[in-house]
Amino acid sequence: MSSVSITQQPEILPQLRKETIKKIVEQGKRSDGRGHLDFRNVVLHVNPIKTADGSAIVSLGNTKVVAGVKVGVGAPYPDTPDEGALIVNLETPPLAAPTIEPGPPDENAIEIARVVDRTIRHSNFLDFKSLCIVPKKFVYILWVDLYVLNHDGNLYDAACMAAVAALASTTLPKVEIEQEQPKIIREERIPLKVNPENLPLTITFVKISNSILADPTLEEENICDSRITIGISNNKVVSIQKTIGTFTIDDIKNIMRKSIELYGKLKETVLKAIMNPDRELRL
Amino acid sequence: MQYVIDVTKLTPEELRAKIHELAKEGKRIDGRAPDQHRPVRLEVGVLPNADGSALVAYGDTVAVAAVYGPREVHPRHLALPDRAILRVRYHMTPFSTHDERKRPEPTRREIEISKILREALEPVILLEQFPRTSIDVFIEIIQADGSTRVASITAASLALADAGIPMRDLVVGVSIGKIGDLVIVDLNRYEDAYGDGDMPIAVMCRRGLVTLLQADGQWTTEEIEKGLELAFRAAENIYRMMRDALKSKYIEASKIYQQ
Repeated sequence: MSSVSITQQPEILPQLRKETIKKIVEQGKRSDGRGHLDFRNVVLHVNPIKTADGSAIVSLGNTKVVAGVKVGVGAPYPDTPDEGALIVNLETPPLAAPTIEPGPPDENAIEIARVVDRTIRHSNFLDFKSLCIVPKKFVYILWVDLYVLNHDGNLYDAACMAAVAALASTTLPKVEIEQEQPKIIREERIPLKVNPENLPLTITFVKISNSILADPTLEEENICDSRITIGISNNKVVSIQKTIGTFTIDDIKNIMRKSIELYGKLKETVLKAIMNPDRELRL
Repeated sequence: MQYVIDVTKLTPEELRAKIHELAKEGKRIDGRAPDQHRPVRLEVGVLPNADGSALVAYGDTVAVAAVYGPREVHPRHLALPDRAILRVRYHMTPFSTHDERKRPEPTRREIEISKILREALEPVILLEQFPRTSIDVFIEIIQADGSTRVASITAASLALADAGIPMRDLVVGVSIGKIGDLVIVDLNRYEDAYGDGDMPIAVMCRRGLVTLLQADGQWTTEEIEKGLELAFRAAENIYRMMRDALKSKYIEASKIYQQ
């Protein structure tokens, strides 16, 4: 039964606290003092990890996600013989929250990794053709490993931001073909080609007491009626993932508009951080 | 499935080009109009062991769903004191695709789909009526030709109703896609593979609520709104067929009884 998706145990939250959070939302505010559509403070350290080929540590309020890229060489997928590959994996190790048990990625971790993967893939942020070394034989493989260090809600947006910033800081090692075999020269590097205009980001919303809130905390995610994540690249929608509850059509139209507005602001923050890489490793 | 061109004679690149060329004239490779759904076949009570079951075919895509429960939960610590838990498993049989044999162990894709199907069904079922129990929904894709997750939702919804589990509404799954600028209903496997976007949707028809929504590809907000509108319209037709399918089981039973 390991592959069965099971209704999750609700987090224990005192009724009083639940009602207080809802009441504050109904008054147009939030329990941490933000407005309904405000993101928490975003701090991005780009390329701090010397052992990775590209990296980023993102703090979204108290949510912290570290992304590391390792570049490999391998055979392309048969349906895209002249394109490189992107492989995204996300882990929630037990250090990230008191409720997390050690083990392989669960359905939540798999889902987040797949949403981040789709959002980046459909954005044209990466030029997959530029990752081809020898068509049909050898291409670059970008392994993006995301580790949640502290879970305080909205892992989707933090993970996506971390993955994108890490990719933007990635350099590819030189590859030479010797006797039909690839030889990786890690000392000689060229930057990975990215298109900053198409920077992909996700924006997650929850619905509480009929209000739409952006960038939910863990507590807000635990009591929300519904949750949805929208992936945006250059003002186009590149992914959607409804994860909890239901939405009306008007909700969805409203959320689309808001996500494009929020994308613009967030994109500026991320691009600025990418321009100012940070070689010191800080959380 | 009948195609307007001989798909077996084209390379993938030629097929992609042809699909896009047809889309510019508002046409599709299987001859359908953009807003036309493939023929829908619905059967309930197909598996004698299950408490409820259904077969749903969208063209050549065939999904079978079985519902067991409400029943005791094993292991017991998974049970919730105030409501039933829902367990959903979506799985594709190894022979269901046109590619090589698919290995039977669940893939990351199947794990994700199981999760979003559960989250699409949870808001619809009156879980609070069956505390400390489990309602299990198992879905097998027998034959895949695109839109398998939305066919699964329709099948699961029918099987739940067939099992007599109280629900707020029937959920109907419809896939929306886009080829160039053309927004289309109910993707077949070629449109899924060579189109520019894919947006599976599930709706509670009588309440106008969306319970499943995903998308990939590149969409403008106008295209998404158009897609939602087309999905609701297609779902309305399937909803009526679902009601008929559920009723016909009892009409047939009463005929036998009268004889």
